[in-house]
Amino acid sequence: MKKAATVAFLLATGAILGGLALSQDKTKISIESWRNDDLKIWQTQIIPAFNKKFPNIEVVFAPSAPTEYNAALDAKLQAGSAGDLITCRPFDKSLELFAKKQLDALDGLKGMSNFSSVAKSAWQTDDGKSTFCLPMASVIHGFIYNKKIFTELKLSVPKTEAEMFSLLEKIKSNGKYAPLVMGTKDQWESATMGYQNIGPNHWGGEAGRLGLIKGTAKYNTGGFLKAFESLGKWKTYLPKGYQAIAYPDAQNLFSLGKGAIYPAGSWDISTFRAAKMDIGAFKAPAPAGSKKCYISDHTDIGIGLNAASPNKDAAKTFLEWMSSDEFASIYSNALPGFFSLNSKAKVKLTDPVAQEFVSWRGQCESTIRSGYQILSRGTPNNENDLWAASAAVLNGTKTAKQAADEVQKGLDSWYKPAK
Amino acid sequence: MKNIKWNVLAIHAVLLSYTALALFPTLLMLLNSLKSREAIFGSPLALPTPQTFDLSGYQTVFSSARFDLYFLNSVLVTTGSLSLILLVSSGAAWALARYEFKGSTLLGLYLSLGIMVPIRLGTISLLKLMVSLNLTNTLWALILVYTAGGIPLAVFILTQFFKQVPRELEDAAKMDGASEYQIFWLLLPLVRPALGTVAVFNMIPIWNDLWFPLILAPSEKSKTVILGAQIFLGQFINDWNAVLAALTLAIMPIMILYIIFSKQLIRGLTQGAVK
Amino acid sequence: MPKKFPFHILVFTAPAVLLYSVFMIYPLFDSLRLSLFAQGLDFKPVFVGLENYHKLLTDERLAPTLWNAVQNNAVFFVIHMVLQNPIGLGLAVLLNGKIRGSSLYRSLIFIPTVLSVVLVGLSWRMILSPIWGIAEGALGVFGLQSWYQPWLGLENSALLTVSLMSVWQNVGIPMMLFLAALVRIPEELLEAARVDGASFWTIFWRIQFPLILPVVGIVTVLTFVGNFNAFDLVYASQGALAGPDFSTDLLGTFFYRTFFGFQLQSGNPYLGASIAGVMLLIILGGLLFYLFTFVRRVEQVEY
Repeated sequence: MKKAATVAFLLATGAILGGLALSQDKTKISIESWRNDDLKIWQTQIIPAFNKKFPNIEVVFAPSAPTEYNAALDAKLQAGSAGDLITCRPFDKSLELFAKKQLDALDGLKGMSNFSSVAKSAWQTDDGKSTFCLPMASVIHGFIYNKKIFTELKLSVPKTEAEMFSLLEKIKSNGKYAPLVMGTKDQWESATMGYQNIGPNHWGGEAGRLGLIKGTAKYNTGGFLKAFESLGKWKTYLPKGYQAIAYPDAQNLFSLGKGAIYPAGSWDISTFRAAKMDIGAFKAPAPAGSKKCYISDHTDIGIGLNAASPNKDAAKTFLEWMSSDEFASIYSNALPGFFSLNSKAKVKLTDPVAQEFVSWRGQCESTIRSGYQILSRGTPNNENDLWAASAAVLNGTKTAKQAADEVQKGLDSWYKPAK
Repeated sequence: MKNIKWNVLAIHAVLLSYTALALFPTLLMLLNSLKSREAIFGSPLALPTPQTFDLSGYQTVFSSARFDLYFLNSVLVTTGSLSLILLVSSGAAWALARYEFKGSTLLGLYLSLGIMVPIRLGTISLLKLMVSLNLTNTLWALILVYTAGGIPLAVFILTQFFKQVPRELEDAAKMDGASEYQIFWLLLPLVRPALGTVAVFNMIPIWNDLWFPLILAPSEKSKTVILGAQIFLGQFINDWNAVLAALTLAIMPIMILYIIFSKQLIRGLTQGAVK
Repeated sequence: MPKKFPFHILVFTAPAVLLYSVFMIYPLFDSLRLSLFAQGLDFKPVFVGLENYHKLLTDERLAPTLWNAVQNNAVFFVIHMVLQNPIGLGLAVLLNGKIRGSSLYRSLIFIPTVLSVVLVGLSWRMILSPIWGIAEGALGVFGLQSWYQPWLGLENSALLTVSLMSVWQNVGIPMMLFLAALVRIPEELLEAARVDGASFWTIFWRIQFPLILPVVGIVTVLTFVGNFNAFDLVYASQGALAGPDFSTDLLGTFFYRTFFGFQLQSGNPYLGASIAGVMLLIILGGLLFYLFTFVRRVEQVEY
């Protein structure tokens, strides 16, 4: 035992000394993120491109699982071990980090002017005076489908809600494939790719969302309730055992060709491209009698500076590079489905499915997800409640009305709309 | 005669089935970590064949995570904690067992409090303490916590054993002019079985602990094997080749430790328990 | 002769007492102290007395979550008492008989116990996953394929499934402890009984069980403390959210979530500390109960 300990000690000292010697010239910065799917792309495309211009800054992309990200980040921030750059969730969550002085203000950053005020609004204080994260990208919601299966079963892209349900029925009766590939175990997809995907068409996009904030709209009436009801109809079309299917399981299932349609966020495009699938996309179909259509077009991801970082200069260099045209192009094409928020950059998208998603901006009105702005500042957190409610509706453990009532009750318990 | 034969067969049958149940999951992970993605999903129970043999998961693991570093950290934390536990606890147990002093009963009781109270409940303050001592993300944070957690039971067990060391040995050494410390050092080997018990009692839980590395030392340079595996699994969760490879790699050190120490481990558990 | 100050006692005991007090006792008490505070303006703590506890026990959202977690912990404990310990005892009895290869069986059966919970949680999650089909296939071997359910994803079965995973992993410990105790029973006692014509069951219930009663007590206490502290397995297989719909939520996961926050909800260390306080109370309560009822009874059994 003693001998082993001595050997181990010597090895450790050697390793530390060796490590020190190697890291003499380079500054090392690390990036916190929930995008574990992007790990390979950062390592093989994005960081090497940065290093061509700045070879003395070593960058490590260190993501955590999406369900654990916020808690893990909080733990690391408390322990003082969070990375130099922190990927920011939009609106309230990141506002809180800024209020706790865990993020630095980035107003002086060169390149911040490349972003529109709409883009920045997700990462600004209410008075618009301080911006605390650099916007990166927005994501759009829709449905990705397996082209091979559609050809095989002679299906065509649905244009209305009714068409979509009859399409699902057709796939179900064929029996070979799961009509909709999604699970409820992780809960967030139920809200994000489910409720927030089809919801905007029911509640009229921004008008509905702002109504929630003003207090004129409620989750348990009108369009918001109808969206829950429509979501509930999905349950018979989900794969067998969907209650135990987590997010990566659903991705696996779809990429193995076992399901026809995948309720998606545009970020999923790169996962399925990596699996070499032949895919297409269609937007959430509007219910009968709709005059306008709406899509969930959410300012999703930004990046901020850890106030306690010991490498702020290197980190700021990286941030400035992230506001450049070069980054916007690389990012949007390496990760199709993340649409750069940089309004000055001219990005040519090469992926046809990404182009399809972006084309919907011209056809429909955009809106962000209903629970992210202002409504997630209190306890209980509206976004969290939507996760639980959507999963419950899909699991059939609550009816749409019950789930919606609970969400509204939770919101009413602390939120008083400014009169 | 025949009855006994049937009984024996039945017993073997039960033990065999339970053993299969105990080993099945681990074997399954190990075998599938060597197969290609299609084979993992297509024929999960099949052994890897030359066509389906695939090491891509291991490649991903080695190129994406520093398991060698995590392993080293685990070794340092475990051996460091065990050494410290044994050192300080044997000292305290010696004093409690061999010397009569005011408050020795109280002290004994105080130290035993910790046997049943879970140290995790103090996590929030431990984190604050470590932050103020600037020890977060160091292996020392873990070593100190594990040592503190291991002291109560160690002192308890060692005290019992020290009480049984014959007085004559101590008196003989005193007559030879040995100091108190020398006597202690001389007689320490006599409680070697107890030291082994304590070491073994603590070794596996310390190695396998997820909680404190997660909360006190989650940075890349201080990750232990288990935390590293957990984080890796979270990052690569949809890459089943990598996940299975990581699981297998994380199990290997424990298995090797177990095979080396199984005799002592079992002896330690059985001796330590029946007190 | 004037007594010297016994410095050596100090030297022997100080390190242990110091480490123990600073890194175990102090944090425990300090955590309890934290539970008496709440977050005030400007993120500074403000003394609120027992309000956190009051909130935990009465708040519309918190109280049901707390009681849910306590209930789940109780169910978790009962399942362990009903399965883990009897099975461990049974295996110990079998291994105690003169069977060839018993030490090999013993070593192999103990393997799950030395595995990390992270690995156990994920391995079983994959085995039970509907997209891998192993569990379904295994049931199919017995013609029970239709019995397959995505147990980890259903509210009614998730807790039971996680408990079974825990039992599977931890059977080794009671098995070893009981085996150690059984081995110490003098062979002559058993021989004499056999010669008198006693059956296997009589020998077990009249002789062996009473003699290992102290170990039954120890195992029970260890199980109780371990179960009410449990966190790792649920975290590894269900995540901190302890789904589906908090059906696998234990006090440990409730504590973690409250302390660190989850999803977009921020952490509240003060409330978290009060949950830790509640856990402490429950564990101490259980221990006292054990000391006052069980230990008294055990002392009545003479060798």
